[in-house]
Amino acid sequence: MIQLIINGQPERLERALTVHALLEARQLAGKRLAVERNGEIVPKGRHADTVLADGDRLEIVVAVGGG
Amino acid sequence: MNDSLVIAGKSYGSRLLVGTGKYKDFAETRTAIDASGAEIVTVAIRRTNIGQNVGEPNLLDVLPPDRFTILPNTAGCYTADDAVRTLRLARELLDGHALVKLEVLGDPKTLFPNMPETLKAAEILVKDGFDVMVYCADDPIQAKMLEDLGCAAVMPLASLIGSGMGILNPWNLRLIIDQAKVPVLVDAGVGTASDAAIAMELGCDGVLMNTAIAHARNPVLMASAMRKAVESGREAFLAGRMPRKFYSADPSSPTSGLIGS
Repeated sequence: MIQLIINGQPERLERALTVHALLEARQLAGKRLAVERNGEIVPKGRHADTVLADGDRLEIVVAVGGG
Repeated sequence: MNDSLVIAGKSYGSRLLVGTGKYKDFAETRTAIDASGAEIVTVAIRRTNIGQNVGEPNLLDVLPPDRFTILPNTAGCYTADDAVRTLRLARELLDGHALVKLEVLGDPKTLFPNMPETLKAAEILVKDGFDVMVYCADDPIQAKMLEDLGCAAVMPLASLIGSGMGILNPWNLRLIIDQAKVPVLVDAGVGTASDAAIAMELGCDGVLMNTAIAHARNPVLMASAMRKAVESGREAFLAGRMPRKFYSADPSSPTSGLIGS
């Protein structure tokens, strides 16, 4: 069991997943989004080999309407 | 006449840049933007739902980045650090896209820029390879500082964001325009078409607006009006207005050959 903060919300995962697996589990894989882990960008090309660790803080963002 | 707007080495036919916020839905967003003729459209960067709302429509499907130049902004950021993080996420989201709109706010009531934080963020972003279009105060000294840091365009407010109060200090805008070697765009404050035309007649290189279109009673019609206002203001600027005569008239019709003379 690991604990993360995803977009400011505490989340528990059964086991350490890759970023890609997390996005798949949340039905976000393939969407136009960007991921930051502990203040650093996780490039799309690294989603599959970046394994999340206990205490990680993730930001997952999209483009929305704005001026 | 080739009169394109050049920002960071890329040419644009339209001098009107538009935001994508405050529309009723994505369909209205797209129809209004098409009517505006804008090629550069701003977007905000926000946390996504993480699986609670599967199938939520995505703005970038409505405004495909291969058709529009997407200009991610840092609206809502109050520190240089948050603005820089937001734009690094935007660059990742948009596959390495470098053109961004920096705004670091100082106060939620006025949304006036925090200029020390704005200057700090601009310096970091320019060094990191971003092409920075920057929302700023209508202060010629700080506009020059931003230009000297390497910003791609300076974008002073004409009045408060979302206020629709129009061009409150044309004199300061002229000071900024006259000294700048990078494009100067009015960002914020335009309320109606004549405001956009005045900005362009002052010599602005472009106008960026959102609320004036999105909160018009008929956004699509206002988008079309803004397109024309920006074009006609630009043409009037290039044409050069006649001098003002303060204390005497000058008839347009011949003064001789009148009947009965």
